[in-house]
Amino acid sequence: MKAAAFTYARATSVVNALELLAAHGDKAKVLSGGQSLMPAMNLRLVSPDIVVDIGGLTELRGIAVSGDVLAIGALTRHVDLLRSPEVAAHAPLLRDAVAHVAHPAIRNRGTVGGSLAHADPASEIPACMAALDATIVVRGPGGERRIATAEFFRGIYETALSPQDLLVAVELPLSGEGARFFFQEYARRHGDYAIVGLAARALVGGGQFTDLRLGFFAVGDRPLLADAARKLINVSVTPALLAETAAALAEELDPEEDQQASPAMRRHLATVLMRRCVAALLERPELETGGAW
Amino acid sequence: MIAPIPVSLLVNGEPIEALVAPRLNLADFLRETLKLTGTHVGCEHGVCGACTVRVDGEIVRSCLLLAVQAQGSSVETIEGLSDSGEIADLQAAFRARNALQCGYCTPGMLITAQDLLRQSPTPDRAAIREHLSGNYCRCTGYQAIVDAVEATAKTRAEQAA
Amino acid sequence: MTRPTADSLSVLDRPNSYIGKTVPRPNLDRLLQGRGQYVSDLELPRMAHVVFLRSPHAHARIVAIDATAAKRLPGVISVVTGRELEAVITPWVGVLSHLKGLKSAPQRAIAVEQVCWQGEAVAAIVATSRAVAEDAMEHIAVDYEELEAVTDMRTALDPSTPVIHASLGDNLAFERAYHAGDVDRTFAESDAVIESEFVFGRHTGVTLEPRAVVADWNAAEARLTIYQGTQAPHMVQNIAALHLGLKESQVRVVCKDVGGSFGIKVHIYADEMATYALSKLLRRPIKFVADRVESFNTDIHARDHRCKGRIGVKQDGTITAFEIDDLTGIGPYSMYPRTSAIEANQVVNLVGGPYVAQNYRARARVVFQNKNVMCQYRAVGHPIACSVTEGLVDLAAARIGMDPVEIRRRNLIADDGYPCASPSGMKFEQLSHHASLAKLLQMMDYDALRAEQTALRLRGIHRGIGIASFIEVTNPSAAFYGVGGAKISSQDGVAVRLDAQGSVICQTSITEQGQGSESLTAQIVGSVLGVSMERVRVTLGDTDNTPYGGGTWASRGAGIGGEAALQAAKALRKNILDVAAAILQSTPAELDIAGNSIVSASDATPRIELNELARIVYFRPDTLPPGIQPELMATRHFVPRQYPFAFTNGVQASWLEIDTETGFIKLLKHWVVEDCGTIINPQLVDEQIRGGVVQGLGAALFEKCIYDERGQLTNANMADYLVPMSGEMPDIEVGHVVSPTQETELGAKGAGEAGTAGAAAAVANAVNDVLRPFGAIITEIPLTPQVILTALGRI
Repeated sequence: MKAAAFTYARATSVVNALELLAAHGDKAKVLSGGQSLMPAMNLRLVSPDIVVDIGGLTELRGIAVSGDVLAIGALTRHVDLLRSPEVAAHAPLLRDAVAHVAHPAIRNRGTVGGSLAHADPASEIPACMAALDATIVVRGPGGERRIATAEFFRGIYETALSPQDLLVAVELPLSGEGARFFFQEYARRHGDYAIVGLAARALVGGGQFTDLRLGFFAVGDRPLLADAARKLINVSVTPALLAETAAALAEELDPEEDQQASPAMRRHLATVLMRRCVAALLERPELETGGAW
Repeated sequence: MIAPIPVSLLVNGEPIEALVAPRLNLADFLRETLKLTGTHVGCEHGVCGACTVRVDGEIVRSCLLLAVQAQGSSVETIEGLSDSGEIADLQAAFRARNALQCGYCTPGMLITAQDLLRQSPTPDRAAIREHLSGNYCRCTGYQAIVDAVEATAKTRAEQAA
Repeated sequence: MTRPTADSLSVLDRPNSYIGKTVPRPNLDRLLQGRGQYVSDLELPRMAHVVFLRSPHAHARIVAIDATAAKRLPGVISVVTGRELEAVITPWVGVLSHLKGLKSAPQRAIAVEQVCWQGEAVAAIVATSRAVAEDAMEHIAVDYEELEAVTDMRTALDPSTPVIHASLGDNLAFERAYHAGDVDRTFAESDAVIESEFVFGRHTGVTLEPRAVVADWNAAEARLTIYQGTQAPHMVQNIAALHLGLKESQVRVVCKDVGGSFGIKVHIYADEMATYALSKLLRRPIKFVADRVESFNTDIHARDHRCKGRIGVKQDGTITAFEIDDLTGIGPYSMYPRTSAIEANQVVNLVGGPYVAQNYRARARVVFQNKNVMCQYRAVGHPIACSVTEGLVDLAAARIGMDPVEIRRRNLIADDGYPCASPSGMKFEQLSHHASLAKLLQMMDYDALRAEQTALRLRGIHRGIGIASFIEVTNPSAAFYGVGGAKISSQDGVAVRLDAQGSVICQTSITEQGQGSESLTAQIVGSVLGVSMERVRVTLGDTDNTPYGGGTWASRGAGIGGEAALQAAKALRKNILDVAAAILQSTPAELDIAGNSIVSASDATPRIELNELARIVYFRPDTLPPGIQPELMATRHFVPRQYPFAFTNGVQASWLEIDTETGFIKLLKHWVVEDCGTIINPQLVDEQIRGGVVQGLGAALFEKCIYDERGQLTNANMADYLVPMSGEMPDIEVGHVVSPTQETELGAKGAGEAGTAGAAAAVANAVNDVLRPFGAIITEIPLTPQVILTALGRI
């Protein structure tokens, strides 16, 4: 199990990286943290002619707050999210999520940009970005573009990135006072890809959701921001409403079949997660065990 | 280039200059080029943890890193950590508790356990199990390993007090 | 305990004995510092690497192979097809004569004409590096004519199903029927007869170091040295010689550190045979290390069984009879040389084994299919037999409304009922089911746990308790393989010598894969000789430098190799004392050895240190009395003769919680009580148990080789084939009852497979303990969330 031979280019700047990508197109692969690319290359599932290593572009690594935006550089590693006071203060959902991403040795190398660009529908970070209403910053031959997460993810391992593009950062609106978060996933073993997972952000006032964003993952070909959540906003949540919402959610999902779960199981688990999430965010444990739906 | 690329790095404190094929991963570089065979290869797709080493102080899967990516880095392997004495107490605890059978996972397990103890001096058993959850062991059933790490943490905490 | 002792100083009673003590294994520092010598680490001058091009089809005819382009690549030394390799190595057939009717087809090192499973090698590429060989592999064009694949064992015998090997006439490899007592009458007289089908996921060993071999044919010496991680070096020597047309003396097998084995590395694999042959053909060292995908596709699989079971029970809890009909699919060949009929045979042998009921009917059928081969993996047949038996017992208990512990109390063979035989004819020397169960209940505080379970259920927390009694086959005699014609030794030998500085060298034919073979040998020899362990050095895993013997498998190292070590050390002690008596002008009876010195037997006064004795013997024999020829080396061999197998027994319990909304199981605690006779090193025994339990828990919850209907293994990587990890495993408490075998002076029986034997059964029973109030029962493993949710009707 050895990677096929390739040409290696160590990008010296973002501009240099873009030049290399422009020259080689889809024969090139961007090497960021390598935690998804390297296994695929070792297994010869991917055999690029050229690997463009952007690992040395330190300007792409870092987390900073500017104005009402939390900007996370593409080369920011998962471990950086765990350690960042800015993330803890403004996007604690990411910190909670990263604890579920694989294992420490992977988190030390895997990058936020790599995770987003790889677009594995079962991975945590893309769903968090959907829940947090993030904007993905891309540079390409035509300059810089800002793409909303809903537009960015196009399918399994498919994104709005062209082979000439480089994902450089992701920008999140600051969560603001009173935001509540929920992250949970069901995986067979600690650190495995989730069978179903949920990253949620909510605003709660007077015992009601004033905003609720439910970012599901591993329920379809891309992270899914559930429309069903709207049913729960600005109303008093009752078991009946929750059941109705769960039914709407199950309808909305189009899960894949794989070795861990059938589509029916994924729909079921997504509704369980949603109930548990709503119960936790509203601090109403009775909603979790309602089972009235 | 497909042709070998020069790389310079520190391995266990020793400066290394080498020409490596771009596709050579760090695990194979350590094992085949430098003959540091204590870094084991169990899956080559980043799952088993047997190839865990430290790069610039952080644990990584050496099968998921190209040797050329280690340019300018400081790499530490089980041989280096053994010779420096840094994990002598952890190794002694593994020996006393029989926390290894075939020994193939052991270098990666020790390096991962040491990583935990450097970050969190007094982890509980659940935290130990969680931190080691990416390192396969097929022999022990893990309990002896958890015991040995827990015992080392306690001893270190006592010595620090 | 009464025990005939050859002299007054039984090793178990000697002062400063290491027997029964936890001491660290010698030489662990080597492994702890990354300075082991695994085969995958080995490099030899002129060594080349082989990679095998493997069939992507489960069943196909090879029409043509074109390797022209591959051969032109720089670094490629040779590309060899099955036809070309036939000139060097002969095919084999994995049958044994005592398994009557067992048939299989000739298997080749590299496929010729037909491939029978996805992963079977069709060509070997030898190159200067593995990477280059893999590059070349992409340039070999193989023209296949795909054939219909036989995948479902349930239809493998249907007339409409293609026959994989035309020469065999059908896809039936082996069938065994057995009947004891009168099952039909007994069932008719029972208050209830409960029936269920138990389904087991095909799984594999996942040794962390893949299979690895370096074969080094030295043309000048006409000698092949095979460096291989194997459990049975002499078996490999015999078979390599046989099929390469060599004498055994022309083959040396060296086995240093082995990165996990569990039965995976006790077989003869086609790709390993091909590697030996390639070395001979190309006259240079050749290295083969399976990569992880190859491991999943070619390491033996096991446990692919569907077993229908019936149990009869009376209202008072008396179990009246067991009946099973077991079906297993073993892949396209019976594995060589141990055969792939042993697992099913064991199932027949072991079902109902812990219980007094003597009415038993069994049928086992072993069929061929176009999947990877199955063969013996840790606890061969035991988890199947235990899961079926214990599952049926729990079903019977539930039917008559009896506690699972109580039904076992009423039916387990009484501890004073030995010797006796099982309904399948297995002879039991001395087991301790009741003492073990009593100890288990005490360790787990069964009654309190039941009360806790009831209380938690009221709060919507669903926990279950599962119990599983088991028996384990250990210390196999020639009855396992030798009687069937396999050249697999059932005896082992140990040579012990005192060296010039008073240190001791032992050479043993058992092997080490981490179980502690070195340690138990050193502990026994040190104890018997009166020498401290650090002075004892153990050599193993080298056919040139150890006595001839079987190796380490089937839980035989301690019981058989340990007894040989004991007897060899006793013989050497006598020799040493004879010399000492001559030097000290005393008699052997007045002397003993303790603390590395000859001492007075009466008061332990030191008389002469062993190093001084050795100095005299080796360098100043002129000072010895006339006529004395000291012999400071002794060799002894041992093989069990009274019992074909030394059965052990034990009982396990699982305590777990199910999230009935998600189907996820959390293992909270696991207990094991087992009886392996004399315990040489308690820590090593406990760790064998724990490691074995976790492999069984893997089977219970995670492990399954998932094939599609075309015979493609769809999860042949570590991300998709799940094994237990630290995060999900419970702490495991281990207790012991000790019933030494009287067949040996040591009294030790095996312990390597006890954990695996009963773990899945305990978990399955605990899961059903949770599900029963929901009206659900599951008799299938692995118990995935999907299986649980389906049973609960949630999806």
